[in-house]
Amino acid sequence: MTFGTLIWANLRRRKLRTLLTMASFGSALFLYGILRALHGALYGGVELASASRLVVINRVSLTQPLPQAYGEKIRRVPGVVAVTSANWFGGVYQDERNFFPQFAIEAETYRDMYPEFVIPDEQWQAFLRDRQGCVIGEATARRFGFQVGDRVVLRGTIFPGTWEFNVRAIYRGTRDLDDTTQFWFHREYLEERAGGWVRGMVGWYVVRVADPDRALEVARAIDARFANSPWETKTEPEQAFTASFVKQMGNVQFLILTVGAVVFATLLLVTGNTMAMAVRERTGELGVLKTLGFTDTNLLLLVEAEILVQALIGGGLGVLAAGAVVPGLSRAIPGMIFHLSLPEVVSGVLLALGVGGVAGLLPALSAARLSVAAALRRV
Amino acid sequence: MVRLDGQGQGLIQVRGLDKVYRRGSEVIHVLQGLNLDVDAGEFVAFMGPSGSGKTTLLNLLGGLDRPSAGRIIVDGVDITRLSNSELARWRARHVGFVFQTFNLIPVLTAFQNVELPLLLTRLSRAERRQRVEAALRLVGLADRMKHYPRELSGGQEQRVAIARAIVTDPTFLLCDEPTGDLDRRSAEEILDLLVALHREFGKTILLVTHDMRAAERAPVVLHLDKGVLVEARGGVGV
Repeated sequence: MTFGTLIWANLRRRKLRTLLTMASFGSALFLYGILRALHGALYGGVELASASRLVVINRVSLTQPLPQAYGEKIRRVPGVVAVTSANWFGGVYQDERNFFPQFAIEAETYRDMYPEFVIPDEQWQAFLRDRQGCVIGEATARRFGFQVGDRVVLRGTIFPGTWEFNVRAIYRGTRDLDDTTQFWFHREYLEERAGGWVRGMVGWYVVRVADPDRALEVARAIDARFANSPWETKTEPEQAFTASFVKQMGNVQFLILTVGAVVFATLLLVTGNTMAMAVRERTGELGVLKTLGFTDTNLLLLVEAEILVQALIGGGLGVLAAGAVVPGLSRAIPGMIFHLSLPEVVSGVLLALGVGGVAGLLPALSAARLSVAAALRRV
Repeated sequence: MVRLDGQGQGLIQVRGLDKVYRRGSEVIHVLQGLNLDVDAGEFVAFMGPSGSGKTTLLNLLGGLDRPSAGRIIVDGVDITRLSNSELARWRARHVGFVFQTFNLIPVLTAFQNVELPLLLTRLSRAERRQRVEAALRLVGLADRMKHYPRELSGGQEQRVAIARAIVTDPTFLLCDEPTGDLDRRSAEEILDLLVALHREFGKTILLVTHDMRAAERAPVVLHLDKGVLVEARGGVGV
């Protein structure tokens, strides 16, 4: 027998209570995993946004276009090393629930702007050669089973009509949370088919600066360049631009933190109470252990170990269950990439151990401080 | 030899032992200036009415409680001066306890219950197994090692408790009403076992009981009344 045997024997004493305590840890850590993944899905783009990229939009609104001619002028602003542009397309693939973002891009410059997206050269060249070609992110390709060579038909909403594309390339991300749901095609094709106001106009520009530390300075210079023009610009770092989208949903971060804090506070109280009950029930036995020579520290560690084992098993299973469910969320909620990384899993398990440790502290201390003579009277 | 005059040099030396409990404004003197010397290898029974302080004395001798005044010296160590953790380690090494209600851990087998005090030692797993098996053989329960306490009779449980008490080969055994919860036959078996431990293995045993039949098995019987020890029977030296 070892101390581990003793701990395990004590946990098997009231199996239902042990299972329920583990389930408490499990459900809390499951929720933790889902909330972490949700946070990553919402704010991952913000965290991954490049510090060296700026986004230039119409000062009035993102929905208002900017002249294509601005591209060259922006390129001449000191500190700017590259410029590309895109338009929002807003097409529907078969059903409106099948959402994925579609951009009409400036093909010659777009790929270089996003080195985090990897596209095989021969596929990219095939895309450049085909005016009706498109590039699809691997998440969307996997979701709908698109393969290179397939024909994809979108129903235009902003630009009415049936739009046909040839899948020429599939891109993948180099980081877990890179957005691989996008669909790119040639802006020339859009201008040809749609004509009208979109001709010579772009939705937004993306700018790469030479020195990320001077990005704000460059942004101010770009906006100053177009001040008092018919199309004034609003330039901001990509991170701030991405964050502004998330902010439209309200303070989700605060909500996630609040829900998480309440769940863990409740877990702390429930498990603390459970362990206190377990210790109270075993007062006599703990007294016997003391008569046998177990020190105060031995008993403190014994009680703490019991709750830590429950936290480890319950919490570990909970966070692993969340890890198993998270990929399904990405499929269920189009346009959002849910991911739970190994460090997040590990931090979840450590969090469970921390909560368990704190919850068990008072019962463990009461076990350690137990008067042997008084405890034996309660046998 | 057992002495009550505080002049002996026995294995256990008790000097001027007081134990006072306070209940609100009421002060209860459970033990008053008690002196006792017990040599190694003695078997002493303490008798007395309920509330006479027998269990309190046993708790103090076993380092489970602290006296209000006085000293307890066991094998040259004044245990009243030990810290809590030192006292715990001292108990593990020197005292084997046998209780009225057996006090086995219900979720552990007989073998594991007996092995429990050995977890605090540096013995290897094989050495522990050897000792546990020897102790269980000694109490006649070699065939019940894998049984849980609920699968044993009261007498068998108490024998497991005795095996647990002797497995560390302690300096002395403290038995608090070890036959109190047993039927006549089982009680006799337990007393036979204690006598055998004393006679054949030279164990020092201090037994608290108010059962005359149990006390009769001890060569020396002391009577505790109103916190004072007096000789009832046996060879008490002066």
